[in-house]
Amino acid sequence: MEPPVAAAPPSGEPGLLRRNAVAIAFLAPAAILLGVMIIYPTVYTFIRSFFGKDAHEGFLPRGDFAGIDNYKSLFTTDILVTAIKNSAIWILVAPAAVTAFGLVFAVLTERIAWGVGFKAIVFMPMAISLFATGVIWHVMYIKDPNQGAVNAAIGAVKSWVSPAGALSTASPSTANLTGTPQRGYTLHKPIPAGGTALLGLTAIPPEDVPSGAKQAATPQPKPGAITGVVWRDFKPGGGVPGKVEPQELGLPGVKVSLIDAGGKSVQSASTGDDGSFTFDDVSGSGFNVRISKETFAAPFGGISWLGSRLITPAVIIAYIWVWAGFAMVVIGAGLAAISREVLEAARTDGATEWQVFRRVTVPMLAPVLSVVFITMLINVLKVFDIVISIAPGSTQSDAAVIAVQMWRQSFGGVNDFGLGSAIAVFLFLLVIPILLLNVRRFRREV
Amino acid sequence: MATYEAEAGPIVVADPSERTSARLTRALAKVPLNLFLAFIALLWLMPTLGLFFTSLLSPSDYITNGWWRIFSKPSLATFENYSNVWNTTDIPTSLRITAEIAIGGTILPIMAAALAGYAFAWIDFPGRDILFVIVIALLVVPLQMALIPVFHLYNTLHLYDTIFGLILFHTAFGLPFAIFLLRNFFIGIPKDILESARIDGASEIRIFLRLILPLGLPAIASLAIFQFLWTWNDLLVALVMARNTTPITVDIFSQLRQFGSNIDIIAPASFMSMLIPLVVFFSFQRYFVQGLLAGSVK
Repeated sequence: MEPPVAAAPPSGEPGLLRRNAVAIAFLAPAAILLGVMIIYPTVYTFIRSFFGKDAHEGFLPRGDFAGIDNYKSLFTTDILVTAIKNSAIWILVAPAAVTAFGLVFAVLTERIAWGVGFKAIVFMPMAISLFATGVIWHVMYIKDPNQGAVNAAIGAVKSWVSPAGALSTASPSTANLTGTPQRGYTLHKPIPAGGTALLGLTAIPPEDVPSGAKQAATPQPKPGAITGVVWRDFKPGGGVPGKVEPQELGLPGVKVSLIDAGGKSVQSASTGDDGSFTFDDVSGSGFNVRISKETFAAPFGGISWLGSRLITPAVIIAYIWVWAGFAMVVIGAGLAAISREVLEAARTDGATEWQVFRRVTVPMLAPVLSVVFITMLINVLKVFDIVISIAPGSTQSDAAVIAVQMWRQSFGGVNDFGLGSAIAVFLFLLVIPILLLNVRRFRREV
Repeated sequence: MATYEAEAGPIVVADPSERTSARLTRALAKVPLNLFLAFIALLWLMPTLGLFFTSLLSPSDYITNGWWRIFSKPSLATFENYSNVWNTTDIPTSLRITAEIAIGGTILPIMAAALAGYAFAWIDFPGRDILFVIVIALLVVPLQMALIPVFHLYNTLHLYDTIFGLILFHTAFGLPFAIFLLRNFFIGIPKDILESARIDGASEIRIFLRLILPLGLPAIASLAIFQFLWTWNDLLVALVMARNTTPITVDIFSQLRQFGSNIDIIAPASFMSMLIPLVVFFSFQRYFVQGLLAGSVK
């Protein structure tokens, strides 16, 4: 960058003055605004942080001098300590994660034909306010899998891996069947090959009976097999326990397993619409039949993303969703500036794609990566909107970060401007190293 | 912007038979990558689409259906929520206020910053470097440092709860970045152009208006988009400095305190608040990216 040079040399005292007058005129609007709205307030807030809640506000604060009391409460009040801890988590996780996502996306988009489209999609959240992003993700995170998309997706995967059971609860209808829903129910009457098993259950709420249940069928003995039925052993107006009667429904989808004399599970089956099941190729005797505990596996009720334990990770995920596009675009520009020849040379020398990435691309991108990382660091310290819009009222304090508590303590009902100022100053101290870094970078440029 | 233009692949001349099979292998090798990135793109689109579809569900359908049911049952979609929000709430008013704040909060800082940026780039005066270092230092001052004193200042000056007060705050906090960006851009303007104008006897203000502003237009455009989105999307400043003259973000925020019962207002209102920024973003994406690259320090 070329250092600016005054074109016409100043011709004596009056010329110099006039030139400065021009400079002052050009600088005045900005200087006044910066002085009144940023520099003076910064000084004021710093001084205010040493005064208590009841100090008089004026050109400078007066009365109720508090010394460092506000700073003491900053590190001793529970909700403020929580906020500082949360900010620490944010600082440790978010900038690194955003940079990593950006790097991976930037490198991968270079290899596809529709990179421009991909970039536009990932970059789009940047245009949306962090506040609207919060609303978007609040809807995504709703606990009920019927409403919250995140839990719906997890529920879909989970029911594919381990489906929910056919029943939520039931009790045995006869004393032959013992156990609990958590361990399953076992028929303690040894059955030989060719025998039948009657597994009657009661205390099933009508709305719990699986859809498609049909009249239960009494099992027919079959040589070399054990047959049986699981049914709802109950009919209006009573009936005989342990006997399959008309109007009693079979229970479909129940998981049953065959236990040999040694207590080992040798076969399993699932009941049909009439509650019947068959274990084929059975020989010998002394078998037990068990209704396995999977039958009573509870359906996925949803992870409570917005609850106190997961709220901070949940908000950070939303934040990454917003900023990954920024990191991708900036890193992508850096990537475009890397000489293709260097990469090609490494590939020609037999380096694998991973080696090229790890040993050539990343080191060459280091300056860009650090710019992205530092930008995100400043950003993360000031994060506010997205936290208060995702976290519901009940977990606002669990999710709060420093900037959120600054607002809450000063304006959100507490109205303690002394403590609020101390929090602001603490926030400011955190960005000072970055401020010095920026100044040094400029000094080197000049 | 290099990354936003299709890259011309190297022209390879090879014998056709080898080319077909090699191309096929290469195309096949890219299938998993394409699928993976398509999945990511879908993942990135889904939250926004989700809010949009949610905004199309009537309150009673919302309770029993996830928004994705609209795919299998398009008849669930209705624009009733939007017409309700438009006709029965204050949202249109707050949208207008948002627009006024964003327009004022874009024009004012750019004017002040262009003047200062020119002085920093092309007028020689004592203490210039030190003043510019102060501007750079102000780049990272968190606006939390100003909230309390400016709140009192506004109360004294009767600027609290006014559109002008909000514009002024955004102007001040937009300035350091704007000055930084414009000074760096102006300094790249060839010296000869300025010198010959000065020799011709043009005044500084004439040079500024006739030369610097037109030549600086690309930088000013990126800055304008940035500043516009920033002020349009603000919540914190308006939350502190206004009570009744509130932009749409504050309006939705007060609805949010009863989330769940009034999603039929929140979802469409949020989507309406996103519409203008999205249009601006997609129309001027190129400038937006340039602005980002020029000054990713804020």
